[in-house]
Amino acid sequence: MTSTASLDTVEAAEASPDRQQPWAELGMAEDEYRRVRDILGRRPTSAELAIYSVMWSEHCSYKSSRVHLRQFGEKAPKTDALLVGMGENAGVVDAGDGWAVTFKIESHNHPSYVEPYQGAATGVGGIVRDILTMGARPIGVMDSLRFGPLDAPDTARVLPGVVAGVGGYGNCLGLPNVGGEVVFDDCYTGNPLVNALCVGAMRTDGIKLAKADGPGNKVVLFGARTGGDGIGGASVLASATFDDAKPSKRPSVQVGDPFAEKVLIECCLEIFAQDLVVGIQDLGAAGLSCATTELAAAGTGGMDVDLDVVPLRDPTLVPEEILMSESQERMMAVVTPEQLDAFLAVCAKWDVTATVIGTVTDTGRLRMRWHGEVIVDIPPRTAAHEGPVYERPIERPHDQDVLIQHDGRNLPRPRTPAELRTAVLRMVASPNLADKSWITDQYDRFVLGNTVLAQPEDAGMIRLDESTQRGIAISVDGNSRYTRLDPYTGAQLALAEAYRNVATTGARPLAVSDCLNFGSPEDPAVMWQFSEAVRGLADGCLALGTPVTGGNVSFYNQTGTTAIHPTPVIAVLGVIDDVSRRTRQGFVTDGALVYLLGDTKDEFGGSEWAYATHGFLGGTPPQVDLEREKLLADILINASRDGLIDSAHDLAEGGLVQALVEACLLGHAGVRVTLPEDADPFVALFSESAGRAIVSVPRSEEIRFTDMCSARGLPHARIGVVDVLETALNVQGQFSVSLRELRSAWTSTLPARFA
Amino acid sequence: MAVRVGVVTFPGSLDDRDAARAVRVAGAEAIPLWHGDPSLHDVDAVILPGGFSYGDYLRAGAIARFSPVMESIIAGARDGLPVLGICNGFQVLCESHLLPGALVGNVGRKFVCKPQQLRVENASTEWTTAYRAGQQITIPLKNMDGCYVADDRTLDELEGEGRVVVRYVSGNPNGSYRDIAGITNQAGNVVGLMPHPEHALDDLTGTGADGLGFFLGIAGAVVTA
Repeated sequence: MTSTASLDTVEAAEASPDRQQPWAELGMAEDEYRRVRDILGRRPTSAELAIYSVMWSEHCSYKSSRVHLRQFGEKAPKTDALLVGMGENAGVVDAGDGWAVTFKIESHNHPSYVEPYQGAATGVGGIVRDILTMGARPIGVMDSLRFGPLDAPDTARVLPGVVAGVGGYGNCLGLPNVGGEVVFDDCYTGNPLVNALCVGAMRTDGIKLAKADGPGNKVVLFGARTGGDGIGGASVLASATFDDAKPSKRPSVQVGDPFAEKVLIECCLEIFAQDLVVGIQDLGAAGLSCATTELAAAGTGGMDVDLDVVPLRDPTLVPEEILMSESQERMMAVVTPEQLDAFLAVCAKWDVTATVIGTVTDTGRLRMRWHGEVIVDIPPRTAAHEGPVYERPIERPHDQDVLIQHDGRNLPRPRTPAELRTAVLRMVASPNLADKSWITDQYDRFVLGNTVLAQPEDAGMIRLDESTQRGIAISVDGNSRYTRLDPYTGAQLALAEAYRNVATTGARPLAVSDCLNFGSPEDPAVMWQFSEAVRGLADGCLALGTPVTGGNVSFYNQTGTTAIHPTPVIAVLGVIDDVSRRTRQGFVTDGALVYLLGDTKDEFGGSEWAYATHGFLGGTPPQVDLEREKLLADILINASRDGLIDSAHDLAEGGLVQALVEACLLGHAGVRVTLPEDADPFVALFSESAGRAIVSVPRSEEIRFTDMCSARGLPHARIGVVDVLETALNVQGQFSVSLRELRSAWTSTLPARFA
Repeated sequence: MAVRVGVVTFPGSLDDRDAARAVRVAGAEAIPLWHGDPSLHDVDAVILPGGFSYGDYLRAGAIARFSPVMESIIAGARDGLPVLGICNGFQVLCESHLLPGALVGNVGRKFVCKPQQLRVENASTEWTTAYRAGQQITIPLKNMDGCYVADDRTLDELEGEGRVVVRYVSGNPNGSYRDIAGITNQAGNVVGLMPHPEHALDDLTGTGADGLGFFLGIAGAVVTA
């Protein structure tokens, strides 16, 4: 037990105004520390300093990004689809028939580099609690992963652990993993990206909010006990204040227990069903500091907490550590005194530890006591919402023009049929285009029995309601090479691809969540990338009518002074009335006609071909035309609903030929392709022009389908016929590759590296 | 009256809703059973669903076997109550000694999730009468500890007595001895399966309808019994 003699109380702070405090070691700037002193009218206690330092960190306060993120609100499209917008734990979308759906994507990049398994696992755990906090039952997860080159030694260390962590946690929660992406690029060597998404569903009247309303109501901490994991900077405070021996080897990365979280989920859902909470908040980054300040700030305004009653895994923890601990699987609820017994009874049923640690007040102050002595007395808003806001300097990178001018026009291109054939096989086997089953076969996609589409389909699709067959579709996409060449356009291309992927399944895109992974905000070149990407995304969301509902910013993704490529990862959620009408990407019907929708131009800036073949990055990314994307989506959705198409696949990295190969291999059917007469075969096959898809149209529906495209002005070209007996990709007049050879090339790459 | 099939929920059960749905699709009534409640609520049969009961702490299924509901199920099974253990449920049945052998980590050391081809070897257990012996079916496999092991004598006995219920074909996904994917007890009322028939009820959300037979079997078998 800590001796109270060494306790830094409010009284002690008033009596010793000049005591040196380790604000710099906690990552605070001097003017930030000054501001805390101004707010309080005295020096902060070490517990208060702990709270402000974590709440005003970049991760919690968004102090560098906030001035830019405002655009998502200012440019938000008018929509009836949003039930809860940005600012809560996650946005909530109206999915029709009384269903509300909430989804969000979040990063766990740095922990996953330090400790791949636990970093990735707790990334999943954290985003699942965000969704649960809204009152929803989590119904699925997705993951967007980026690593260094496939053959880099560090990739062999990081990737298997990250994949096992994502799978280990998600599988044990009983949440189907329905898709995502895996990308390899030199820029992620030493800084992998692990972005995890969760989606949940509830009835519209079941939405819960994070606020502590009603003086006299009880504040209950429930779930796992608080331990010494994930404390990070708090050790500075401990060592500055105390000199007694502590357990030294504490993990800086949180350690997850999915079983505890699974039980917590079921416990919470039973609590929600009985309507036993006034407000609820999960404990994630900044742990108790964040939960108490945010709940109090959003509610009546005050809260009294007895910190010494918090159940501990490690009894030697001091108040500062308890406040900063990021121990997983914990939640905080505000409960009326009348409902407290019923609340505690549900927790007891699920063997979940629950402890009343405080009371809501109307004092406007967050007060915390430690064995009776006041150690925190602050206005909670100042920590939760009124942190510093910076307008960081912005400067276009010096190498941007050079990057654009070296456009790769001179790169040798395959010309002859033999060269094209070789290029196809090499591209199909390249790490970014190769089959990812080695990874996705470690994820349970069947559990809960509502998975309609999962990887490698263009989007994941989950049924919401067995009786009506209503469902949702989600896709997660990003392309950091495009964004490096042009952040404004690159962000829009990521948005457009995710939007298109949802539409190819037949679902109507409704809303967006984003995970913005960038280098250091203190680097003006990175801030230029960030500001351009956010502007592009906000303009794009306005044009497509899909509002941003929430997300996450991850800065400081760099090794030394070298930042990763700017990597906005965009998730788009859509709704489909009847999941049995969904469109799959594999060719199924013999004799169906293959149509290419959209325009193909000579666009290879940032392309997979340039990267995989020549290790080259330069030029400008493909142009983006969001009106065209809307039209294409509309055609895909209507054609799916009316049964005019029996497969659809979005064109993206690797271009037309990659889409054809995947449609053949997934459908176990060959295709005879006739390229347009005036087309350059290389451009036709490998260009990455946006706004395109291939569909297969049963012969009986051809006229109705082409009439619809003509009437709406969507370019459409008949490029081939599905031929089940052909068992090959046959590009007439050019080359033919058997599906067996394609499958072998496509599926061998990852197992050869990791198996 | 519809057959009453109990589906147990342990802390950490994951496929309990799926198993209940499969029971309903087969035309029987799904009765939720709670791990802490020893009463079986007059059910005609019991399913122990997949998941990670008690977090798989210690060993998969090791703690679940000591729960109050299992004491009643073990006693019932010895009296002939039909019991189907799927995945974690199979592990619980082995830990309970209702079935011989054990399930250990996959030889690949990885979680495996994929559609799996199986051959039904024994179509006369209480749960497999809707199939015919030798029939090939495809249902999802998904587990971490799916490698079935036993000593040679037990394996010989299982094969000699026709107690291997389903076998992996077209490749052994986890190293299970003699490609065993599911077994039964001598009476044929207790069946343990590593693959998940409850995820194969239709084309929309599963790998086809090949799994439905296990549930149709019990819905029919109990009625005629």
